[in-house]
Amino acid sequence: MSLEHFKNRNIGTQHYTTIDVGHTPVGAMQTFTQVAKRTVKGELFVGLWVTLREMINALFKGDMATVKYPFEKLPISPRYRAIHDMLRLLESGSYRCIGCGLCEKICISNCISMDTRYDENQRKEVSEYTINFGRCIFCGYCAEVCPELAIVHGPRYENASEQRAGFSLFEDMLTPIDKLNLQQEYDGFGAISPNADDNIKKTPLAY
Amino acid sequence: MEITLVETLPQAIHEVTAVGVIIKAVIILAVISAIAGFGTYIERKVLAFMQRRLGPMHVGPYGLLQIAADGIKLFTKEDIVPQNANKFIFMVAPIITAATAFIALSAVPVFPDFTIPEFVPLLGGVFVPSIASDINVGVLFVLGMMAAGLYGPLLAGMSQANKWGIIGSARTAIQFLSYEVVTGLSILAPIMLVGSLSFVDFNNAQSGGIGSWLIWQQPVAFVLFLIAGFAETNRTPFDLLEHEAEVVSGYATEYSGMRWGMFFIGEYANMITVAIIASVVFLGGYDADCTLGWLFIILKIAFFFFLMLWVRASWPHVRPDQLMWLCWKVLMPIAVVNIVITAIVMMV
Repeated sequence: MSLEHFKNRNIGTQHYTTIDVGHTPVGAMQTFTQVAKRTVKGELFVGLWVTLREMINALFKGDMATVKYPFEKLPISPRYRAIHDMLRLLESGSYRCIGCGLCEKICISNCISMDTRYDENQRKEVSEYTINFGRCIFCGYCAEVCPELAIVHGPRYENASEQRAGFSLFEDMLTPIDKLNLQQEYDGFGAISPNADDNIKKTPLAY
Repeated sequence: MEITLVETLPQAIHEVTAVGVIIKAVIILAVISAIAGFGTYIERKVLAFMQRRLGPMHVGPYGLLQIAADGIKLFTKEDIVPQNANKFIFMVAPIITAATAFIALSAVPVFPDFTIPEFVPLLGGVFVPSIASDINVGVLFVLGMMAAGLYGPLLAGMSQANKWGIIGSARTAIQFLSYEVVTGLSILAPIMLVGSLSFVDFNNAQSGGIGSWLIWQQPVAFVLFLIAGFAETNRTPFDLLEHEAEVVSGYATEYSGMRWGMFFIGEYANMITVAIIASVVFLGGYDADCTLGWLFIILKIAFFFFLMLWVRASWPHVRPDQLMWLCWKVLMPIAVVNIVITAIVMMV
């Protein structure tokens, strides 16, 4: 379907077909004929077959729609915005966050608060980092703005809690150092696109 | 002397005694109540499968103990009687439904006849018949009792001081007036062919294998009786009495706990009764000579039970005026024509 089709607002004029629903019977004789026809028609058996077919498909062909939720979960989209994760660098194992503070700045519900300081090597390190999940609206701006793909949205979407305010610390969201090999790269907003290499151009220094 | 003893003994054993009938009544009550409870499980499972769901799964293996959970819930729920209700009639109405359903079962053959073995104390050697009372007007009695069962919803809806209940009981009256004619007229043609109202005679008339089943001679009467049976047991497509999308729960709106459960047991017992009648009258019944005959009738009953669930999953239900139109203007003429044709064929 091309763009022109989408832009055509005169719906109902192009690819619609009307179903033949017959005509309303006029007079006693036509009504009687319709009733007699419908009485001997096997239309009701079509309905019976549909449900039986679904039952056979569900029982013997594994076409069951139910997902027993707490025991089995549907896969979620990589772009799903759930509880945040803090990723580490795969090579060194140190965290990716450079303490730039962009996520805190862009957060529209003011739920991220962070504090940074210079460590002994005069490099910035994160001393305080909390996300208030009672305020967070999971808009995804923090992950989108992060220049290092350090704060991303993880797959944990079961965030029901007993209290409204729920603070998560930096260390809680950080990938455990012993599970670094299990760390998944983030595909959602802010991540580089799959064809990023093709889009790389030379820096326009000519002008 | 010894030879005569051996010969006379079986006849003496097969005498129907009062004790045997009482045992039979207890068996019917216990087993049919249990099957009615199990029927709810089957219904939920079959409906679930037809909608590609799993149904009850978590109480017991494959949700089998869901019946027990439901039973505990029904028995321990508070029995609420509304303030402005006619309390006596309100409390009696569910008993009418359940009682008539079981009384109707007293005249249909359920389970094979057997003799209690001698080693059982007190009751050893008692012959338990297949029919609690083999009366010679069995068909008439069963249909009459099931019709009387409609007093349950009728009185329940009128006594509960609830507008949905009133609508439910009005629909009960409509449904009763509609299907009862069709039931009687549709089963009249097989009665004419067999020449008896007893279920045993019906069974014996069809004992010559599948070819002698009355469904081949009376297919129209069979279909009509099935349709009327669906109306008689308040099953979809004729569940006007308590269609929750329209009249909350109809006649059962104000009922809770075990009183509501009695309506439920009555409905399921009626389903079993209609299934038994359809199997015995049209599908050959139980073959008395064959030891597997009882297995076959249980299969036939199970098929009709499944058909009711199947239809509920498949078809939408009709409006009350459509039901009256269907019964009076379509089914009744067909039934009368069927009877006339049957009579002409019998005379010629």
